Amino acid sequence: MYTFSNRLKIGAIVLMALGILGMGVGFVSVPSTPEEAKAMVAAHDDGHGGGHAEESEHPATAGEHPAGEHPAGEHPAADAEHAAASDHGASHDEHLMHQLQNRPWSALYVAAFFFFMISLGVLAFYAIQRASQAGWSPLLFRVMEGITAYLVPGGIVIFVIFVLSVMHFNHMFVWMDAEVVAEDALIQGKSGYLNPTFFLIRAAVFLGGWILYREVSRRLSLAQDEAQDNKNFVKNFRWSAGFLVFYLVTESMMSWDWIMSIDPHWFSTLFGWYVFASMMVSGITVIAMVTIYLKSKGYLPDVNDSHIHDLAKFMFGFSIFWTYLWFSQFMLIWYANIPEEVTYFVTRIEDYKLPFFGMIVMNFVFPLLVLMNSDYKRVNWFVIMAGIVILAGHYLDVYNMVMPGTVGDQWFIGIPELGALSFFAGAFIFWTFRTLTKVPLQPKRNPFIEESRHFHY
Amino acid sequence: MASHYEAPIRKPLVIGDKDYHDVSVDIAAPIEGRANRQWWIVFSIALAALLWGIGAIIYTISTGIGTWGLNKTVNWAWDITNFVWWVGIGHAGTLISAVLLLFRQKWRMAINRSAEAMTIFSVIQAGLFPIIHMGRPWLAYWVVPIPNQFGSLWVNFNSPLLWDVFAISTYLSVSLVFWWTGLLPDFAMIRDRAVKPFQKKIYSLVSFGWTGRAKDWQRFEEVSLVLAGLATPLVLSVHTIVSFDFATSVIPGWHTTIFPPYFVAGAIFSGFAMVQTLLIIMRKVCNLEAYITVQHIELMNIIIMVTGSIVGCAYITELFIAWYSGVEYEQYAFLNRATGPYWWAYLLMMSCNVVSPQVMWFKKIRTSIVISFVISIVVNIGMWFERFVIIVTSLHRDYLPSSWTMFSPTFVDIGIFIGTIGFFFVLFLLYARTFPVIAQAEVKSILKSSGSKYKTLRDAGKP
Repeated sequence: MYTFSNRLKIGAIVLMALGILGMGVGFVSVPSTPEEAKAMVAAHDDGHGGGHAEESEHPATAGEHPAGEHPAGEHPAADAEHAAASDHGASHDEHLMHQLQNRPWSALYVAAFFFFMISLGVLAFYAIQRASQAGWSPLLFRVMEGITAYLVPGGIVIFVIFVLSVMHFNHMFVWMDAEVVAEDALIQGKSGYLNPTFFLIRAAVFLGGWILYREVSRRLSLAQDEAQDNKNFVKNFRWSAGFLVFYLVTESMMSWDWIMSIDPHWFSTLFGWYVFASMMVSGITVIAMVTIYLKSKGYLPDVNDSHIHDLAKFMFGFSIFWTYLWFSQFMLIWYANIPEEVTYFVTRIEDYKLPFFGMIVMNFVFPLLVLMNSDYKRVNWFVIMAGIVILAGHYLDVYNMVMPGTVGDQWFIGIPELGALSFFAGAFIFWTFRTLTKVPLQPKRNPFIEESRHFHY
Repeated sequence: MASHYEAPIRKPLVIGDKDYHDVSVDIAAPIEGRANRQWWIVFSIALAALLWGIGAIIYTISTGIGTWGLNKTVNWAWDITNFVWWVGIGHAGTLISAVLLLFRQKWRMAINRSAEAMTIFSVIQAGLFPIIHMGRPWLAYWVVPIPNQFGSLWVNFNSPLLWDVFAISTYLSVSLVFWWTGLLPDFAMIRDRAVKPFQKKIYSLVSFGWTGRAKDWQRFEEVSLVLAGLATPLVLSVHTIVSFDFATSVIPGWHTTIFPPYFVAGAIFSGFAMVQTLLIIMRKVCNLEAYITVQHIELMNIIIMVTGSIVGCAYITELFIAWYSGVEYEQYAFLNRATGPYWWAYLLMMSCNVVSPQVMWFKKIRTSIVISFVISIVVNIGMWFERFVIIVTSLHRDYLPSSWTMFSPTFVDIGIFIGTIGFFFVLFLLYARTFPVIAQAEVKSILKSSGSKYKTLRDAGKP
């Protein structure tokens, strides 16, 4: 049995406390009037100098876009706001205010989604391992089940954020604002799908389905340990196959709903699978890191470096797969250069140059070079180091997907962002390791457990 | 160190009481025996189709592309449809030999050789189309960036059609090398068994003096792994580049970002269907039922089902995003597919690709050899229509209604396609009589862990 070490527990709690503090600071320091927003940005510019060189371009960008005329502006949020207001100067300040008001919310949402996505990625990986009858991984099933326990609290937080968004506590999803929709023919065209009620129903169905599978599978997995036959194992196999079908469909829809709709004028057919790749690679990375941690504490005596090697291969492979999808999406849009699509990348390259290209280095170049060597993939600290970079890179990936549509060029990775990250990291660690203490870390009667224990590669 | 432990619930991959010698004998039998009448009949039919195809190609090149059914609006149709179809089929071979190797799937051992052969023969068919669909195929060498007397006039590296050239030629070369290295121990086995001097001579030549020393095997395995690691991104990138031919354009129905992974999934889908078609026949006529078992067929069916579902998910995604985009051209492109003059092709594609593989959810059906055979053919028809629908329905009605038109193929279009099918089977039939169709060296490596004879021995407590 695993015991949650006090140091780790206190560490998690401290992370959460610091996070709440950071997020609180973020929410308190939000401007409440357009004038305040204007003043803040002016002060901010003095403070940070070159950091926000793009800022000065912003009025020009806004000026190029007469209200409500073009199908997809560079800032969907901006367009919508412009459409709503008649006075241009005032509308710009108001727009700025909305962006600044969005910042702590977006920081919260990015971090909440990032950790939720890890947990969901692990769940999908777990289901694949079960459905494909993998012989190497059953030894890690408890670790994966521990991580997926976070689906429940993580899912609740996400759902609450959505409910608050629908209730207009923030402006992250512009299409939820009836005034904006009234002025925007394009969003009106989508309102059959993008409307608050249906959105919440869908989110509830997705979350319900995922959590249901997680709970059923966990129960069957534990029941199998005590059983005399393989009935539970077979049942679990069937549930996993069924879940994967459900997941294939809901994951795509989830990414349209939860992320793509932040830029409601933009669309890409690949988007769902792109988010999937990001989810998988982060999930597998976390499995590897938690496994290495537990092993280093002596809790997983049968896990050997071949298991780590396999996980690291998956980290490597999915990093490349992620890059493949990133590049496919980017290159096709860049190549055809169709105005209604290309704005998505134009804003990102203009306003988010460093995070946008930085994440390619972190998510592709780094793992490619570090995890190519077979020997390195067996070295624990190497895998941990690569894992930290990959996780940071995929945090940035989510950041790049969400922020440009909510805060535009008013982005910064400061106290609100780090606070939210710290809070959810703490919650994630707390929940994961608390679940790990509940049952023995090694499944007993899984039909493949012996194969997994003997696994050498 | 590979462990020999295998979970008892895994089913044997080699059935019958086979030992090492039996494997050699069974696999060498078709090569050492003589072709029977059926073989000659089928071969003659394939050869006739090939000759007909050659005639159609010569006619096209000497008379002009105008002999085809293409027109000013639909300037790609059967040519590129067939090209993508053949390339797609070719992908399962590399998938089986490379991806399944990376995933340590032991069941691939019995099917990888034929799957790779199928890859190579279908990539050869695919490779014909980029040349013969040119207006001036004798200038085809201009696509290669070679220094020349036009002031070193070079190609433009921005065209996906040029990327195709690199992709397909690299793919063919790597597949060929991968296939041939795997063949070395098997050719050596045939060489060592040969009694006729001529056969001995030939198989000595092609086996490159393989003697099977420990060091050779160690390097052999490493090369296989490295090539598998290289072939996997290759297989993804090749069909991705093929999909770029369409996705980089601005044509509604073509310009969509999901094409790269969706084409790859479709390629695996159709490729596995073709492997299924061929192997179901091959296991029968070559008496290889002990190696290509119902479990192999079932597993291939599962892959067909999974990739079919992924393709189905992509279809629905495309439909949804077309509606969601609010772009009327995009919306019309899909409306036209479903209700326009080619509705029947769209319906055929949807029913063959999305509906038919779903029957594989039932164990009774996916373990039935007859149904598997039928479905595998249905899938290949469906995948041909998928490419046809994507290409033709997007072209024949796009931005300007004044350019709307229809397409119908001529006998030359059809004749060339039939010719490639004939060529494919000529090659495959020759292969089946002269090459070891199952990688005996690999099957022998799993015999003790997964052969039914040794499994029974193990269960009885004997080592």
